[in-house]
Amino acid sequence: MNLAMKDVRHQWPRFVATGVGLGLLFAIVLAMGGIYRGMVEEAVVLVEKLGADLWVVQRDTRGPFAERSYVPEVLATRARAVPGVRWARAFSTLTLQPVHRGRVLRLTLVGLSWPEDRGASLPLVSGRVLGTAHRELMVDRTLGLALGEALHLGDDTYRIVGLTQGLVSSGGDALAFVSQSDLERIQNHLAPEARRLARVAGAPPMDPGVSAVLVGVAPGASVEEVRARLARWGDVTVHTTGEQKSFLLDGVVDKARRQIGLFRALLALVSGIVVSLVIFNMTVAKTREIALLKLMGARLGLVVGMILQQALLLSLLAYGVALGVSRFAFPHFPRKVVVGPEELLGVFALSVAIALLASLAAIRRALRIPPTTILAG
Amino acid sequence: MHAIEATGLWKTYGKGETEVTALRDVSLRVRGGEVAALLGPSGSGKSTLLTTLGLLLTPDRGQLSLGGEQVVADGRITRDAARLRRERIGFVFQKANLIPFLTALENVLLALEINGLRGREAQARARELLDYLGLGERTAHLPDELSGGQQQRVAIARALAMNPPLVLADEPTAALDSHRSRDVMQLFRRVAHERGTAVVVVTHDHRTLDAFDTVHEMEDGVLRTAPRVPAPSPA
Repeated sequence: MNLAMKDVRHQWPRFVATGVGLGLLFAIVLAMGGIYRGMVEEAVVLVEKLGADLWVVQRDTRGPFAERSYVPEVLATRARAVPGVRWARAFSTLTLQPVHRGRVLRLTLVGLSWPEDRGASLPLVSGRVLGTAHRELMVDRTLGLALGEALHLGDDTYRIVGLTQGLVSSGGDALAFVSQSDLERIQNHLAPEARRLARVAGAPPMDPGVSAVLVGVAPGASVEEVRARLARWGDVTVHTTGEQKSFLLDGVVDKARRQIGLFRALLALVSGIVVSLVIFNMTVAKTREIALLKLMGARLGLVVGMILQQALLLSLLAYGVALGVSRFAFPHFPRKVVVGPEELLGVFALSVAIALLASLAAIRRALRIPPTTILAG
Repeated sequence: MHAIEATGLWKTYGKGETEVTALRDVSLRVRGGEVAALLGPSGSGKSTLLTTLGLLLTPDRGQLSLGGEQVVADGRITRDAARLRRERIGFVFQKANLIPFLTALENVLLALEINGLRGREAQARARELLDYLGLGERTAHLPDELSGGQQQRVAIARALAMNPPLVLADEPTAALDSHRSRDVMQLFRRVAHERGTAVVVVTHDHRTLDAFDTVHEMEDGVLRTAPRVPAPSPA
């Protein structure tokens, strides 16, 4: 006869309610890990999709994802002349918050080197890549705009010709893609009065430059050799794509990772305390039954087993609830939550460990209950 | 041979001014098939004696034998107390103390499982016992679906499950009305006489004294056998 299960069946509404509450806590632990992984994925997705081998950035800087980087656009032409370079494109981003149909949108605009790059490497889910160098736009679905919709940016109106999926900036903003020349137009946009004043003052037209030049290495050429050739130029620094990713993760995600890590540890501790209290209280509530079992000469294993089984059952129920929440609720979170097998296994191990640790105080208490308690009336 | 034989038991609680001697040179013999009463006012030492006989309390001095085997010598329990309780002693309390999440049948089965008896044999024995105690129709009921008297009968069935040579009962009729008290005591008599079980009952209930074969009175830790001692029934 399984006393643990019999007891649980007898008071299942309370047990299930406790399990669900605890499951929500576990779900947050799961979400924290998933949010971190999502942040990492989102942070590096652009770097990966651009498909460059090398990033040529402003001298002594770590590139556009770490700090401000400015290189002249003509650097792309210079790079193309270097032996072993298959292609070289300008790269710039611009974060905007345009108002569209009364709604404030937040997006990061990426310039594509028209005509070499029309966005063919991007994961399109509908529509097409850029067909002209001007007033066409590809946006990520997370922005909530439809294909064919018009969006006013700077002085011009842009038509959405393609929708991508899963392309967001390291800050979680949807990415939008226009030609490099359009990006510069948007970047240089000035109000008519400001333009007039600049003309009167005789200020030269602004040269925004670009943030970096992306280089693709020809098949058979050595990335390291091409990098060494480019690095000989005195005005630039060259990083590999791997280095760009590390700068991005170290700079943007690292603090968030530590913060999330601390928060997770705190949540795990809270979960442990809650399970301990629940198991302890369940044991205290069974003081008379435990005393009776001892008085009847039951082996201690029977009592310990009952407590352990209930603790494990509670944790597994909570884990199941967390799993359900992760399946059905996480996809609706505003930012990507990536829950992989390691995460699931980790939280499962955590829930079992919590159950075992949480049982210790209850078992200690149970072992101290004298059998004579039952005679106390 | 006596089912239980206590000789020269002493038990003192506290020290100095708070010292209380609960058992003073108590000797008691109960044969199989005998129903013995322990009478006495509160604080007279009845419960101390019962818990000592049940190997739940170690006396300071004295000897105790169960079925001729010495289990307490010179104030020390010399055998595995939990095992002896499991195999040789059945307990009945003022309250039935049934496990609330087990049915009547499961409460009895539990005592058998604790002794390693499972499966059909255990089921058959538990059902037989409940039938014997008139609860054959209530086996699937949870304790809170049974009356006080029925609960107490399930507790008796549980105490008898391993057919122990000794049953210790601590005021088993205190929570029952006079009619049910008489029923329970008659049940003890029947069990003792038919199964040869020695039954020791702590009681305040003078209404049921005629159900006992022997009556022992305790006062200030001293045990005296009452003048009127009915002849014990044969085991």
